[in-house]
Amino acid sequence: MGFVHRRRRGAELFLLVLALVVGIGAYAAVGLGVEGTVPADLVGYGGWLTALIVAAHVTVRLVAPYADPVLLPLVAALNGLGLAVLRRLDLTYEANGLDQHTFARQQLTWMTLGVVLFIATLVLLRDHRVLQRFTYTAGLTGILLLILPFLPFVGREINGARIWINVAGFSFQPGEVAKVMLVIAFAGYLVLHRDALALAGRRVVFVDLPRGRDLGPIMAMFGVSMMILVLQNDLGSSLLFFGLFLVMLYVATERPGWLVVGGLLFGAGALAAYTFVGNVQNRFNFWLRPMDYYDDSPGSFQLVEALFGQGWGGLIGRGFGNGFPERVPFAYSDFIVSTIGEELGLTAVMAIILCYGLIVERALRIALISRDGFGKLLAVGLGAIVALQVFVVIGGVTGLIPLTGLTTPFLSYGGSSLVANWVVVALLLRVSDQARRPAPRLEPVDDSGADSETTQVVKLR
Amino acid sequence: MNKPIRVVSVFCLVLFMALLVNSTYLMYVRADSLSDDPRNRRIITATFSRERGAILVGKEAIARSVPSDDRYKFQRTYSQPLKYAPITGYFSWFNQTGVERSQNAVLAGDDSRLFVTRLVDMLSNTDPQGGNVQLTVDPAAQDAAWAGLDALPGDAQGAVVALEPTTGRVLAMVSTPTFDPNNFASHDFGAVAELGEQLNNDPRDPLINRAIGTTLPPGSTFKLVTAAAAIESGDYDAESMVPGGFRYQLPQSTTTVPNYDGGNCGGRRITMTQALQVSCNVTFLSLANELGTEAMADQAEAFGFNSTALEDLPGQAESLYPRDMDAPQTALSGIGQSSVTATPLQMAMVAAAIANDGDVMRPYVVDEVRAPNLSVLDRTDPTSISKAISSSTADELTEMMVATVASGTASPAQIPGLDVAGKTGTAQSTGDRPPYAWFVSFAPADDPQVAVAVLVQSSDTSPDEIGGGRLGGPIAKSVMEAVINR
Repeated sequence: MGFVHRRRRGAELFLLVLALVVGIGAYAAVGLGVEGTVPADLVGYGGWLTALIVAAHVTVRLVAPYADPVLLPLVAALNGLGLAVLRRLDLTYEANGLDQHTFARQQLTWMTLGVVLFIATLVLLRDHRVLQRFTYTAGLTGILLLILPFLPFVGREINGARIWINVAGFSFQPGEVAKVMLVIAFAGYLVLHRDALALAGRRVVFVDLPRGRDLGPIMAMFGVSMMILVLQNDLGSSLLFFGLFLVMLYVATERPGWLVVGGLLFGAGALAAYTFVGNVQNRFNFWLRPMDYYDDSPGSFQLVEALFGQGWGGLIGRGFGNGFPERVPFAYSDFIVSTIGEELGLTAVMAIILCYGLIVERALRIALISRDGFGKLLAVGLGAIVALQVFVVIGGVTGLIPLTGLTTPFLSYGGSSLVANWVVVALLLRVSDQARRPAPRLEPVDDSGADSETTQVVKLR
Repeated sequence: MNKPIRVVSVFCLVLFMALLVNSTYLMYVRADSLSDDPRNRRIITATFSRERGAILVGKEAIARSVPSDDRYKFQRTYSQPLKYAPITGYFSWFNQTGVERSQNAVLAGDDSRLFVTRLVDMLSNTDPQGGNVQLTVDPAAQDAAWAGLDALPGDAQGAVVALEPTTGRVLAMVSTPTFDPNNFASHDFGAVAELGEQLNNDPRDPLINRAIGTTLPPGSTFKLVTAAAAIESGDYDAESMVPGGFRYQLPQSTTTVPNYDGGNCGGRRITMTQALQVSCNVTFLSLANELGTEAMADQAEAFGFNSTALEDLPGQAESLYPRDMDAPQTALSGIGQSSVTATPLQMAMVAAAIANDGDVMRPYVVDEVRAPNLSVLDRTDPTSISKAISSSTADELTEMMVATVASGTASPAQIPGLDVAGKTGTAQSTGDRPPYAWFVSFAPADDPQVAVAVLVQSSDTSPDEIGGGRLGGPIAKSVMEAVINR
């Protein structure tokens, strides 16, 4: 009998209390910093947040008792902090007379929906392997969701990116849901075809190159990514989808050759995008020499203001209410990390990066210990989404890589993203529950009889 | 599949390490250079919201920050805005001028000399406070200078500079028309931007500190430099006989230049003293021609031409004595015409050097820099820039200037009971503009305490009444009296 994972639900509860201290404490600090008093609705707000977290925790206790104990607290802390930062921006936007100053309230509603879907996912999906049946359904749904914004009547273009749909007054980014669907589709497809993709091919120098006929799926995915890039003008999502596919392909086939092929394709795509799509070229230039394009339009004003803000924040930040995050356009969505950097400093930014790092680490650990190939690929895919998204958006905001529009998971304002990410966490918890659960006993019940059979003394005369 | 998962883990680790390193680089290493970017409005706003130090004249704070109840916490106020605007400059959200600019580090509290104060502020968690700047200005002299220019008829454009000859301290510096820095310090940035635009486009240039920023032909006041060069050459003294007469014919030219009053200066040969007394054009045209461009330029540069000397104020213009003038131009330069231009500060420095035995002292406005608790952090020491003329030359020039005030063109500056040294100037200007009126003087002649230069660029005086003596003399006199009687 081997190692058995402990449930660790008590540890999860303790960490959740810490996460709530972060969320509610930050909310109180926003009130103190910006308005000088503890917010009047602190009890109501704190109560609501606590209720959501407790509901999620109880659900995990009931239907996924062996699930990873660290993921939920990490997500709760990030979401709580995000809400507080949105509240802080709301107060300034309201003071400046802007129409949109209820981001925190809306985000709390979306978080509620996210937690409801989180619970629903865990309750309804008792075994993640069920999803494998829906490989092609999920794939088709994913592609359809990506195409939706192009359809007349429902599709809408906001801020130059055609990635929105508008249904009954709500705008939604279907791409956020599509990425979960595509992970399921990739995992289901690759777990079936990994042998064909892995074994056939020839060896060139030290790299095993795949067969030409097996290039079909990767070319299809490449095509989808380029379509997103060219038609939707959405560099970030394009990078995310293709990177995700490459990582999953590599894990499924264990062949670095795919990475070489994918890398070359990506390089060619990036070069083509740089040459033919003006937007991409701009962003590349803004990244290399942000200070030179400050006054231009389109220019690097947003990025430079974010850099100024973060530089001004320094090691420990200016404190809530003492910075000027409102100088950065979209401080509530893509650039929320710059707001945190300005007011809470490098310390908080590092803490956030570490939180994301831990989420990815837990996801990959779940993949390592998962007993089935589909679960492994699912966990790797979900972890890779978080890792790539965080790297692309925080790297962009801090000037490490060219800026691409993506939301920061759990922090940024955005209903679609928040809801989708809560489902991602629910799926990860489901896979980890399966992985950590003690293996079913396969031995026959009556051991003594069997033993007596095998130890029977045979008389030979 | 576990091996590639481990590879992916390492890859993710690298990604997150890159994020951590880059954010550290951005927010710790690069933070300072980002703060120094002039486009960084956060820094500007933070500086704007700080309790800025005061600018003091005597015991009075002419510029200080008082608490305000808006988001910027402090409002800069100027107690005597118009009178001191050329020195203090303004402090607006967009930029600063004058002492507000040159002493910005001290006033904002960023100066390294305020390090201990900053450390204490940080440890005691009090808001940082700026240091104070004590000016050299004598309030009585400044009042007199301002009153003098303000009393000129109409919208006079002019400037007055008073120096302490032995040290170079600026005792008064006034420029009209001027502006109200309180309007620039307003927190209504839209109005400030509009005001800036409006004053920049104003043809009367109210934003320019004429005392240091306007260069005009110095006219007859430059004859002091010509006379100094002549005496320094060793061929002349105060009693030497020099050419007089009605007209002087420029070399290589048929043009003749008359004397200002059309007279003959009292004869064909007159003494140098007499030439200065009546401001004889013929004399100094011929002296400059005889001395040549090199000697004249050397003398002008020894007095401070072709460079700037005052380090405490931005916006200085260089007084010019070009070295590439031809013979007629050189001759004309002897009476402060052609390409010679000077600021009022430069002409005050000429007078101060003559008063100070020929030593040109570096003029300065900032006397002391003080911490918020008023302890003195730094005091400016007087420094000599150059020895323009010998002590004996200075004595002879002083005698000639005293005679000019006692019984010459500079008589309006006479002060009963003591000797005043002075020289008038009335410079031709281009086109149909009225001439510029100059006056330089110092007093008392035997123990100089103050040297003054007055420039009246234009006023509502009829052209035939304009003369350096009549317009500038009384102003110079009242400034000198204010200093001597304090």
